[in-house]
Amino acid sequence: MADETKGPATAEAPAATEGHSQRPPSRGPRPGGGPGGPREGGRKYFRRKKVCKFCVEKIENINYKDVRLLAQFVAESGKIVPRRLTGVCTPHQRRLSSAIKIARNIALLPFAGRAL
Amino acid sequence: MNRTYELMFIVRPDMPEEDLDKLISTLETAVSSSGGTMKSVEKMGKRRLAYTVRRFHDGLYVLLTVEGSGGLIHELERRLRVTEPVLKFISVRIDEEQKRLAKIKAIRDARKKTSAAPAPAAPEGGEAAPAAV
Repeated sequence: MADETKGPATAEAPAATEGHSQRPPSRGPRPGGGPGGPREGGRKYFRRKKVCKFCVEKIENINYKDVRLLAQFVAESGKIVPRRLTGVCTPHQRRLSSAIKIARNIALLPFAGRAL
Repeated sequence: MNRTYELMFIVRPDMPEEDLDKLISTLETAVSSSGGTMKSVEKMGKRRLAYTVRRFHDGLYVLLTVEGSGGLIHELERRLRVTEPVLKFISVRIDEEQKRLAKIKAIRDARKKTSAAPAPAAPEGGEAAPAAV
């Protein structure tokens, strides 16, 4: 089973770069974005697959006191960086955002603008 | 119903050490008088605030870990609110999070032991391997 699902997934990437006639409709809703190869005149580059920092490093304890960790996921403006930019998985982003919000309330992180 | 809470508060940076100790000890007596326990007191020292609070840029952070009922926390919050040099405070319930972390840790330890002892545990071990990658 696992091999069957793996096969098409790996086959899909080269097919997209070749510009198969049947591929484009299916490419539209694909959320990953993928490399924008065909559009940029066949230039080949791979966008590295983003992985969740918390899953990779096995950080389960997302605490509001750990400013140094949380600050990595807060933009210069003070906003929480969206998942699509950081690659954090949904369960961890949920914990992360609530931790950031607590940290903001106790003046560890700014609501807006960079820390003084 | 005993729960564990973290109570973090910020006092103004020019507050003398003795006054801060006095404030903490009054809180401690309030905790013990209503049947709770003060598990730890940590003075995190002077820190830069992320934004100005009552025209202060710095503050002395104090972190208390308290075990007790919700009514006790309510009382502590009331005390902090009326204490003038306290700039900000927050109380966070942590027992459920701790329980969750302990559970995860137990699972990880168990998995580590099983993978360490019988290395070629073929079909069941194969399930864990892709998740790790």
